Amino acid sequence: MGLLSDPNRRRALTNLLTRLNAPICVVCYLAGVMWFMGLAFEPFTLRTYMSENAMGSTMVEEHFPAGERALATGREFAAHKKKVGGMPVNWLVKTMESRGLEVFTQSFTRKLPFPDENKERYLVRGTNVYGILRAPRASRTEALVLTAPCSQGNANNQAVGLLLGLAQYFRSQVYWAKDIIFLVNEHDLIGMQAWLEGYHHTNTTGGDWSPLHGRGGSIQASLSLELSSDVITSLDLVLEGLNGQLPNLDLANLFHAFCQKIGVLCTIQGKLQRNDWESTSGYSHSAQTMMLMVLKQASGRPWGDHGLFLRYHIEAATIRGINSFRQYKTDTTTIGRLLEGMYRKLNNLLERLHQSYFFYLMPSLTRFVSIGYYMPAFGLLAVILLLRALDLWVQLGASAPGTEDGLAEREQSPSSPGVLSILTPVVISHMTGVALYCLPVMSQEMAVQHFPVSETEAVVLTAIAIYTAGLALPHNTHRLLQGEGTEHGWRVLKLVALLYLAVLLGCTALINFSLGFILALSLVPIAAFITPHTHKPLSAAIMVLLSPGCTLLYCVLIFQELQETPVSLQDGWMLFLSVISQGILDHSLYGSLVYPLLALLIYPCWLLLWNILFWK
Amino acid sequence: MAAFRSNIFMLAFFLCGFSVFVTGDFQEELVIKPLHSGDIYASFQFRTQWDTDFLLGISHYRLFPKSLGQVISKFSVRELHISFTQGYWRTMQWGQPFLPSPPGAELWVWFQDTVTDVDLAWKELTNVLSGIFCASLNFIDSTNTVQPSASFKPLGVGNVTDQRFLRYAVLPREIVCTENLTPWKKLLPCGSKAGLAVLMKSEKLFHSSFHSQALHIRPVCKDWQCKSTSWELRQTLNVVFDLHTSGQGKREWSLFKMFSRTLTEACPLASSSKVYVDITDNPQGELFELSPATPLVSQAVVLGDGRTYSVYDLTDHATFGQTHSLNVLLRWRAAEREMLRPLLHGERYVAGYGLQTGEIHTLVYNNHPYRAFPVLLLDTVPWYLRLYIHTLTVTSKGRDNKPSYIHYQPSKDRLQPHLLEMLIQLPPNSVTEVTVQFERALLKWTEYTPDPNHGFYVGSSVISALVPSVVAMDTNNTQERPLFSSFFPCKEESTYFMRIYTEPLLVNLPTPDFSMPYNVICLTCTVVAVGYGSLYNLLTRTFQVEEPSQGLAKRLANIIRRLRGVPLLT
Repeated sequence: MGLLSDPNRRRALTNLLTRLNAPICVVCYLAGVMWFMGLAFEPFTLRTYMSENAMGSTMVEEHFPAGERALATGREFAAHKKKVGGMPVNWLVKTMESRGLEVFTQSFTRKLPFPDENKERYLVRGTNVYGILRAPRASRTEALVLTAPCSQGNANNQAVGLLLGLAQYFRSQVYWAKDIIFLVNEHDLIGMQAWLEGYHHTNTTGGDWSPLHGRGGSIQASLSLELSSDVITSLDLVLEGLNGQLPNLDLANLFHAFCQKIGVLCTIQGKLQRNDWESTSGYSHSAQTMMLMVLKQASGRPWGDHGLFLRYHIEAATIRGINSFRQYKTDTTTIGRLLEGMYRKLNNLLERLHQSYFFYLMPSLTRFVSIGYYMPAFGLLAVILLLRALDLWVQLGASAPGTEDGLAEREQSPSSPGVLSILTPVVISHMTGVALYCLPVMSQEMAVQHFPVSETEAVVLTAIAIYTAGLALPHNTHRLLQGEGTEHGWRVLKLVALLYLAVLLGCTALINFSLGFILALSLVPIAAFITPHTHKPLSAAIMVLLSPGCTLLYCVLIFQELQETPVSLQDGWMLFLSVISQGILDHSLYGSLVYPLLALLIYPCWLLLWNILFWK
Repeated sequence: MAAFRSNIFMLAFFLCGFSVFVTGDFQEELVIKPLHSGDIYASFQFRTQWDTDFLLGISHYRLFPKSLGQVISKFSVRELHISFTQGYWRTMQWGQPFLPSPPGAELWVWFQDTVTDVDLAWKELTNVLSGIFCASLNFIDSTNTVQPSASFKPLGVGNVTDQRFLRYAVLPREIVCTENLTPWKKLLPCGSKAGLAVLMKSEKLFHSSFHSQALHIRPVCKDWQCKSTSWELRQTLNVVFDLHTSGQGKREWSLFKMFSRTLTEACPLASSSKVYVDITDNPQGELFELSPATPLVSQAVVLGDGRTYSVYDLTDHATFGQTHSLNVLLRWRAAEREMLRPLLHGERYVAGYGLQTGEIHTLVYNNHPYRAFPVLLLDTVPWYLRLYIHTLTVTSKGRDNKPSYIHYQPSKDRLQPHLLEMLIQLPPNSVTEVTVQFERALLKWTEYTPDPNHGFYVGSSVISALVPSVVAMDTNNTQERPLFSSFFPCKEESTYFMRIYTEPLLVNLPTPDFSMPYNVICLTCTVVAVGYGSLYNLLTRTFQVEEPSQGLAKRLANIIRRLRGVPLLT
């Protein structure tokens, strides 16, 4: 700190930083990107290991025998589902009761803000059925949850069958120390949201549900099961939940340990583990896996029914059975044994899962990148904003005369209009943001009346229209107050915008690293180098291409590419539209924060930068 | 061998009876109640009565356990109730228990009004009992002890109801196992050697859905005129066996299957020794089949309902028949597993998410179709959940239900818990919801338990009520009734006393990461102290380049020059 408190050396340091500012920024940006890409390189990552001692060294023995019977129950369930045309509530209640569970139902109604075209629903009515296996000599303080969705069509019948089979088997065992709740939820996440809110008696999104009558205390962990075929080739583990929250890494470790033990192929992001990390293809494989995780996490939406549990500090994951064309098949008995093993281990827990990491990325199931390793990548990008801000600060200080008289003068004249001049752009940008947040849903009726579009299209197109209209807003409103836009004015505005963006991205990255990193990747270059003196059309084009909306489009295209289902630009555009509508729906149904973050904060911040470009 | 042993007992009995002229009485009984869910409920009760005055200092004990007698006389105890329970009584499936108890350990004691320092006596008493029962009762201190004003009235005779002499504490985390059962069994006159107590094999008793053992000491009337009192010691043990896990596919129960023993004799010291089997729902034998058949049938009013029991009298040799052993066998014929609708039922849970605030919800169900009745609700909440008592709401059927009596004692950090007692009128056929919000306190780092991420327990709420009964209660002499129906005193014909406990709560508090305390403490302290401190310093200070200051000699010279009025040196 002596370096900074000595004025001469301080001056030398600031001189160095201002002189070399641009090269340092470029180097930082490249280093950040390189660091991030290096995270997927196997020698740089850590091997996963079980941290929780209660689930550690001792393996339990699995005896679940009744896979075939579970499949038969699944077929029976399918028949009843078809007969009723939805959730066969009475049949489920009866079946669960005959297996010795305490059975309860919960009905719920949810009206979506606008029709969901992907899942074709608008007014959703449904019933959740759950049965509680009471642990002997336990006092209803702790519970574990196993859920299977009652999906439309023929999906997930086997999951419900296996759930009922496991319920029957678990009921006859004596070793349970925690109650086990078997839940069959209707309308996937909407039913899950209703059940969780009913269980915890909260109401965050204004749904309408009937209260629950049976509870098992505080839920320690939960698994969601998705299984649509009698035999499977591999099991996929889905971790990403609401707002990019992840369950404790030990849950993933547990799953992996049992897959290894029982001999089931397991994947994450649908990608198998590969051992050839030295080769280029091996590296690109793990890079792709990690990128998929980053993109899914950044989307902030729950990628399985487990996603909503994480809000309540319940460690949860979805296990999805995949049946591909591989030779080697796994039958339902084996999956049942795997789940039995996992539940017995979770049953052994003395404390909530807390020993292992909550913030991580996984390039494969056996490797993980902890927060300490990935944060520098973001830090290198964020430091650019601070360096530029420092540069501007020094320039602003230097532009005023250095004498004591000049100091007094500056305090009086330029600074107070300086603040005023940036006030109007800031307010106008944020008003545009508020319009982008509110208007699409509010004005859908009007839009439908005047244009030949459906409600969903109306919402999405209104959002895009407002987004585009924001570019054409009057950008020189400061002149109303001040007359002439000064050099000084845009510098102050840019300084504010830089610091604002740094704070925004920093906070975002702390909660959801992936989202913060992706936004930083696109916004930091334009924030760093935008001035009113650059080549206008070219800069404007670059700014639009790097705007949050376009970033979203690229993400959609890259995601499809990584999933090995590439789409044409036309389809990509349609997908982009549906992603916007899903984002708005996720926000209003489950309380996802990505849409309000983008509309209310990131977009206005980008508009400030746009303002600087057209500063006069 | 058994006959020989019983002879020894008889001998001992006669010797004692003749040598010391003190009257005492010991009764034992076992009630077996087949439950609707297919499970079976077995309830043991042992009663020892002794007409004596412990406060006079007695040295010779016969039936009454000496260890307890000494406790009573040393601490001037008037009433003592202690229970150890593993599991939660499932009212919706099993109906009401004969004697309710909350999960964990519960202890409540009325002291004599001669005790001057009740807190001291209580502290010593808990430590002594902790030793007697091998339990962690020594964890009872001022932070979990309360003095309820209305919920726990004395159950014996006497008219002191000043709550200053009452102490009540619950340890919801206490785990009950064989080491608590063995000392409890040793207090019985016959130990576990003879009589009903031979059935108490711990490996079977703890292979059940519910296990509760209790001990109650109180003064009772000696006879129906109640001119003098005698001391009563009741030891009860309640177990529920699960059909699914121990049924092995067969839907039948027998003494041997439940306890892996059969009965061969009564305790020789017992004046009465009986086995009751509840056959109320089975008048024609359509629900289950009972063997061996017994001609004895007894009627009793239990929990407001008239019940019929088959009775096996163990003091009668004919009961044991040819095989010289009694193995009551019960074979289910029909299955019926609907949930019950008990008249009074309670539930409790924590609402909300996050680690800052929360809300405790207590639901009390009155399932009576047309009668309203009042209940007393007692809540004890540890101090680290800071209750916002202004957010207390009581609603029934969507409307505000104002309690007619509220006794609230706020907590003191690290000293005493919250105590909330309310008298609430429950409308007929309704659910009454009591909610109160709380904030989770941040504990000092030494105050966390060794497994802080497990959560912290909040004991059960206690709901005491006078519930309208179906049949007229017998308010007269309780001496002749079976033990299981004569515990709570009954003052009115139309109502009976009932106490139920809700489930305990497990609440997570904000917990620091104890796995790497070194990192956390060192790193944060260093960063804050060095980084933040000096940066703050830099930001708030202005820097100027100063000319080097003049030497002392020059300054002195200048002062002299100023005085002289000549130009100063530079």
